Amino acid sequence: MKSSLAKRCFRLILFVALYLPGFGSAEDTATSDFTSALNKIATASMQEREAAVQQLISLKEPRTLLILQGLLDGQLYKLRDGDKLVLAKQKDKGFSLTDAANGDDLGTKESAEIQKIPLNNSLRVLLRKSLGSLQLNSNEINTRIEAVKAIAKVLDDESLKLLRDRLAIEQESIVQDQIKLVLALEQLNSSTKSTRIEAIDLLKDHPTQDVVNRLNTLVEKDDEGNYLETDNDVRNKAKTALAAINAKISLYSGVETLFFGLSLGAVLVLSAIGLAITFGVMGVINMAHGELMMLGAYTTYVLQQLMPQQLGTALILSIPAAFMVSAVVGIAIERGIIRFLYGRPLETLLATFGVSLVLQQTVRSIFSPLNRSVAAPEWMSGTLQINDFLSLTWNRLYILIFCLLVFMLLLQILKRTRLGLEVRAVAQNRNMAKAMGIPTAWVDAMTFGLGSGIAGVAGVALSQITNVGPNLGQAYIVDSFMVVVFGGVGNLWGTLLAGFSLGIANKLLEPTAGAVLAKILVLVFIILFIQKRPRGLFPQKGRAAEG
Amino acid sequence: MFKQFYEHDKAAFWLLTLIGGIVFLIPTANIIFPEESPFHVSAYSISIIGKYLTFALLGLSLDLVWGYCGILALGQGAFFALGGYAIGMYLMRQIGTRGVYGNADLPDFMVFLNWQELPWYWYGFNHFWFALLMIVLVPGLLAYVFGWLAFRSRVTGVYLSIITQALTYALLLAFFRNEMGFGGNNGLTDFKELLGFNIQSSAVRACLLIASGLALMLAFVVSKWVINSKLGRVITAIRDQEARVRFIGYRVELFKLWIFVFAAVLAGIAGALYVPQVGIINPSEFSPLNSLEIVIWVAIGGRGTLYGGIIGAVLVN
Repeated sequence: MKSSLAKRCFRLILFVALYLPGFGSAEDTATSDFTSALNKIATASMQEREAAVQQLISLKEPRTLLILQGLLDGQLYKLRDGDKLVLAKQKDKGFSLTDAANGDDLGTKESAEIQKIPLNNSLRVLLRKSLGSLQLNSNEINTRIEAVKAIAKVLDDESLKLLRDRLAIEQESIVQDQIKLVLALEQLNSSTKSTRIEAIDLLKDHPTQDVVNRLNTLVEKDDEGNYLETDNDVRNKAKTALAAINAKISLYSGVETLFFGLSLGAVLVLSAIGLAITFGVMGVINMAHGELMMLGAYTTYVLQQLMPQQLGTALILSIPAAFMVSAVVGIAIERGIIRFLYGRPLETLLATFGVSLVLQQTVRSIFSPLNRSVAAPEWMSGTLQINDFLSLTWNRLYILIFCLLVFMLLLQILKRTRLGLEVRAVAQNRNMAKAMGIPTAWVDAMTFGLGSGIAGVAGVALSQITNVGPNLGQAYIVDSFMVVVFGGVGNLWGTLLAGFSLGIANKLLEPTAGAVLAKILVLVFIILFIQKRPRGLFPQKGRAAEG
Repeated sequence: MFKQFYEHDKAAFWLLTLIGGIVFLIPTANIIFPEESPFHVSAYSISIIGKYLTFALLGLSLDLVWGYCGILALGQGAFFALGGYAIGMYLMRQIGTRGVYGNADLPDFMVFLNWQELPWYWYGFNHFWFALLMIVLVPGLLAYVFGWLAFRSRVTGVYLSIITQALTYALLLAFFRNEMGFGGNNGLTDFKELLGFNIQSSAVRACLLIASGLALMLAFVVSKWVINSKLGRVITAIRDQEARVRFIGYRVELFKLWIFVFAAVLAGIAGALYVPQVGIINPSEFSPLNSLEIVIWVAIGGRGTLYGGIIGAVLVN
């Protein structure tokens, strides 16, 4: 430990010695100007520092932006030993340092060894403005957009001129739009009526929070009841623009609600679809279904513990792994218990309920009764920001897509494979299928395994949106049964439709009724619905329905 | 008469004798023997035994619907909890000014939530007779409405099981809400007195034990009588061949409804006897898991026997 620290210090001294001004005699003048400016920032008085900053800006070195940003954010320090400029980030108890001039890693130092470069207000103002113009002319589109947004917050004549200049040479339409928007917001303050109206016209098509706020000030009254905006035409124009924007916003919030509903529906469908196989096709009431989901979620957790470095890979791998684990457990349940109870649904219900308690307790003793959190890989976290009023979270979006994929796959398995054909045959008429030479016992086991495996896969998805705990399954079992029954037993499309419509209904009711009440209302609705149509949305027809 | 009954149904006779014995002997023993004596039953044991007797009554009620009518109701716990809430509301009103906030009208949790006046559905619960009426009426009415809807449209088998489960789940969620005015998550607790007597005293506990035992015995005898009557025979016939009974000309849904409501009332009474003995009622009593447990008691004790539900409830607990 000690020796490595000593080594580091030695290396540091070497660096400092190499880069001290005067040593780099072979370097060209531009670079030496750059280093001397940096040197001045480190050592000179406050007024000279301002001049040095201006000199630095005029040099247009690529690292200037980083250094000035560091200075503004209070991350620019100098070494007490040798006055070298460094960018410091707090790390544990010390600071991790990078060389300001060239970005080399200088290891970590304690706070006593470095000194912050002081700032005063006039320097801060200078920095903000010049940073804006530097960023505005950066090569990165995103940096430019950020710069426009930053400048918009501290508008003055100078920065307006900056924006106009940039607009003249800007190639990218996204940046152009952004600049136009800022300029239009500024134009609303103009004294000429036509300019104001022109600005409103432009703003109409840009629904952002700033625009809405600004337009609202145009149609508001002050304390004495007079309009803040004196001109009638402008005011009416602003009103229509606001109305148009509000219509757009309510459309976006509708889309958002729809998305939330769909994503909730996707979770419901995922958890119910395995049940649609075991309950719907085989007629087995599997109360342990939720626990099979829980096993899938725990499989994800275990895989993630095994490879904490590659969260994404672990998540992808856990899909087949969870399928296998849950399918094996499911087949064991079917062979061990359920096959003795075919045709006695109530006994099956009780037996599988017992199994669910056993599984819960097992997990509790192996892992712990506490909830575990499963980390989301980077591409699953964050949001997809479409505009100020509409943003979709990635994990829900992925789950929605995943749900549809699983559904399609399952549908194809049932429709196109030999197993699917046999499953449907056994479901329709067990004795006839047997007479035709279909190994019904084997088909039963495979069907149950398939349904259970899908429950495991659903568990993987669930682990991404809630904590994983022994009671995970219980929370979903009632909902899953509701979805299957609502959709019509033995009908996969019904399950899909039921899941999505229940999800959307839940989210539509939520803003007015609150989350819990919405759920109660949906439950009551289903209870009433079953009275009217006891066999669900899409009942099976013909002889198959008799069984 | 005893001999006749004994010869008619030996198991039932011994069960009734056992319950009667417990109910009679324990309080007597406590009066006769001093506290140090090994024959003296502690207050804790008394409330445990009393609790089991109410569970037994609950088991009996489910055995009526499931064992005799073939309706696997997964929501029997809901009626139990409703009965418990009814008596709990009475007990809350009895606390009066002795609560933490000392408000004469409002229970503590309402003061805590800044409620200004008592919600309308809490009116009347300061009278014992009103609470007793509600113990019977609320579960009975819910069972009537729910059963009427379900049986009329011929929802049977697992579908019925699942919607009864949904019913109790919906109630669970509803009672968790603070806005409902039933104490939310914490439920109703901190009871002080019942009919003016301290609810913690051993005398009141013994009385509750006797009441539970008597209620169980009475319910058993009445159920037995119902089952052996013509009505009961039709109900058993519905269990075995619903369609045939309907074709013969019976209104199946009315018979089902009757037994469902009767069982719900029994469950409500069980809940009302349970709550004063354990001293708390909270929404977890509504959880679908609890209702499933009742089914397990009956399954273990043997369904369709009446005493099966009682034995199962005591054994499992």
